[in-house]
Parts: sequence; C-alpha cells; structure tokens
Amino acid sequence: MKLFKTLGLAITLSFSVATAWAEDVPVAVAANFTKPMEKIAADFEKATGNKAVLSFGATGKFVEQIKNGAPFQILVSADQKSPIKLEKEALAVLGTRYTYAIGKLVLWSAKPQFVDDKGLILKTNRDFEHIAIADPKVAPYGKAAMQVMEKMGVLDTLKPKMVQGESIGQTKEFVASGNAELGFVALSQVIKETTGSSWMIPQDLYSPLYQDVILLKTGDSSAAAKALLDYLRSDAALAVIKDYGYDLPDWAKTDAK
Amino acid sequence: MLNDEDFGAILLTLQLASLVTVILLLLGTPIAWWLAHARSRWKGIIGAVVALPLVLPPAVLGFYLLVLMGPHGAVGQVTKALGLGTLPFTFGGLVVASVIYSLPFVVQPLQNAFEAIGSRPLEVAATLRASPLDTFFSVVVPLARSGFLTAAILGFAHTIGEFGVVLMVGGNIPGKTQVISMQIFNHVETGEYAQAHWLSGGMLVFSFVVLLMLYTLTPNPWRKR
Repeated sequence: MKLFKTLGLAITLSFSVATAWAEDVPVAVAANFTKPMEKIAADFEKATGNKAVLSFGATGKFVEQIKNGAPFQILVSADQKSPIKLEKEALAVLGTRYTYAIGKLVLWSAKPQFVDDKGLILKTNRDFEHIAIADPKVAPYGKAAMQVMEKMGVLDTLKPKMVQGESIGQTKEFVASGNAELGFVALSQVIKETTGSSWMIPQDLYSPLYQDVILLKTGDSSAAAKALLDYLRSDAALAVIKDYGYDLPDWAKTDAK
Repeated sequence: MLNDEDFGAILLTLQLASLVTVILLLLGTPIAWWLAHARSRWKGIIGAVVALPLVLPPAVLGFYLLVLMGPHGAVGQVTKALGLGTLPFTFGGLVVASVIYSLPFVVQPLQNAFEAIGSRPLEVAATLRASPLDTFFSVVVPLARSGFLTAAILGFAHTIGEFGVVLMVGGNIPGKTQVISMQIFNHVETGEYAQAHWLSGGMLVFSFVVLLMLYTLTPNPWRKR
C-alpha cells in the first residue's frame, strides 16, 4: 500500500511540474503534413519549451470534430476551404490564417519500376487490382486524385479498382503494405522512401493544393499557440517544409530560399 | 432519407452476417464439442486462443490481418497461389476477418450447452446402440437447441456491429466492404447527421430486438452451465 501511495504522489507531482513549466498546444494536423510537422514540433519545443501535441487525420474530419468541441487550438489544414469554413462559423480567429505550404500529389507504388513517369499505367489499367486514394469527401488529396483521373478520362474504368483510405495516411499504408499496388499520395509521404516508383503529377491536372493554417478560438488566449503559429512561418520551419517536397507560398519565396 | 449507398451497406451487412453465422456454426460446433469433452492439456490453450478476439483490440486484429492477408503475408501468398488474389479490400476478406472476430461468441454458448448436457445422455444413447453421429443429431442437437440459438443470434449480431477490423482491412468500397457501421462513420465524419441518425437508430432498434429475442426465446442464456 505504501508503494502505491508513493507512486501516486510521484505521478501527481510529475504532472503538476510538467504543466507548470510549459504550455501544451493541441494541434490538428492534416495527415499529409505528418512527417514535417513532427520535425517542426520537435524544433519548436527545443526553441521555446512549449510542447505541440499533434493529432493527425483527414482535414474534413477535423472540421467536424472542431465543430463538436474538439479542444484543438490550431488547425494545420490540407486545404483553404476548411479553415475558411471555420472562420465563417466563428470557430477560428479572423486574420490568423495563412498559406504555409503548397502540396504536391504523386502516383506511387512500393514496387520499383511499376509506375512510369508519365502515368500511362492508369490508361493501360493492367497489372493491378487495387488503386488507393484518400476519401475524397474528407481528404483534399483524395479530391485532387479524383480530379486527375477525371481529367485523364480514366475515372470510370478505374472506379471498380478504387479503395479508399480514411485519410492520406491510411492510403499510403495500403500502398506501402502492397495491398494496393499503387495509389495517389502526398509527395511529402514518399519523398524519403528509397525504393518504389512514382509519377509526379503535372500541376495542370489538379487544382493547386494551397494548405492553410489557422488559430482556432480555443487557442485565442494561448501564447504558446500563437508562438507555434509564428514558428511555422520561420525560416527554420520553411526549410523543413521545402525539404519534404512542398512548394513554398509566394510570401515566403523572396526571403526564404 | 437514406441514399443508395446506405441501402447497399445494409444489404451487404446482412449478407456478410448471414454467411459468417453459417460458417461459424459449422466451424464452431466441432471446436465447442472438443472443448466441452477433451481432457487434453491443449484444452486450455485452444480455449484461450478461441477467446482471444473477446479481449484483443480490433485494431490489433485488423493490423495482423492486413499484414498476413497482404501480398507479402503468409496467408496472402497462399491465396495468390490459389489464384484468389489477396483478401484485403474484398468481401471474402471481410468474411474471414468476421469469422475470426465473432468466433468466441459462437463457440462459448455452444460449449456451455454441450457441457450442460453432460456425458450421461451420451452413454445412454451408446447403450442403445446409437452411433456417435446419430447420438449427436438425435440427442445432443435437440438438448442444446437453446445453445445453438444463442450462438447464432450472438454471432450474427456481433458481426453486424463490427467496425474496427473493417476500418483497417476494408478500404471502404461501396457494395463490397462498406458495411453499415462504416457508413455511419462516413456520415458522421462528413457532417451528414440526418443519415447517421437513421442508420444509428436502426442499429439501436435492431440490437434491442436481438437481445429481446435472446432473453425471451432462451431461458437464462448466460448461465447455461
């Protein structure tokens, strides 16, 4: 019994000490931005002592969760539409939204020499049973994938082979595990992969994926949340974003190269 | 209120649950019989393995199935060699997953029913020169009737309610793997609360009716020892 008491005391103490030192910032992060955000959050914690607590998922799902009172203070979105929607519903702070990155869509396979560099495999429609996309209803990258197939005129022929991940994260896992031979994923997810094959999809096949970040109402009074919002546009953060294959927004191009 | 995909999901779920229940009764009966009568030291191990899906998080089951049934997994290699392709994202894959997931819900009521019968009626049947098979069908099955009923209802209902495993190995394909629970998830996540309400309300009524059947048709389903 004495052991339990000591243990309980230790746990209570460690929690209270942790909260006294730094502020935690709960952040909802679009799944495509998982890897760069982990790095940026780690740097942020080193620089400021505040900890960003990250949740990853499809942007559309976060919008629903935020509407229902999810305690996120910042939304790192995969599109512009969702933050604007939250602005309109007075769930986000006006004037805090900005574009932090422009996403790139790729057709990717875990098998080497499987996807050609012109995406012809989508037209021949051979050698694969499943093509993975993110759920277009909630994931902007899934919507972009639908645009690509539509523009190429292959949407109807590919539909029977389509499998949907609930976010771009699960979509990549479907392809990485080989259960789907290929799929539309974010460049940032596969840019560090050493094997596999991919096709960088030309920008004229889908509308640009401007990705915005916004401060939510719940974070309005948090200095740490505001600090993170600023940190995301620092040179150090932009370097990470660029490193993962994103295009930088126009405002960043002149002073951060 | 409900769209075509919703009705497709309802039909698919009923097909899945029916097929799984039939397979489970065929598969579960010999396992339950063995568990009820064996004196082997393997009994504990097999019993524990059968009960595993009761306590394992569906995510664990889904993860292992995705890896095992995938093109690099042991099961995936076999199904590919048989010309069946790989199982994730297919109806067949959901059937396999559901059979594993709902196995204890069928085996345990059957095992309890068989144990409740005891060895006495079997011995009597044997002295009357009934073959073991004859004994099983004309003595055991009638005596274990409520056990079979409980097993079928629980297996069916539990398969209908499956979600986590489907989320991990299903791929959310309308008409193939998009079951009711998946469709509710989709509606909620996209803010389509009206449809989510219709489907969820339906599930609530269904589940209540199932349990009502269980408690009125079978005497004391949980204490059949």
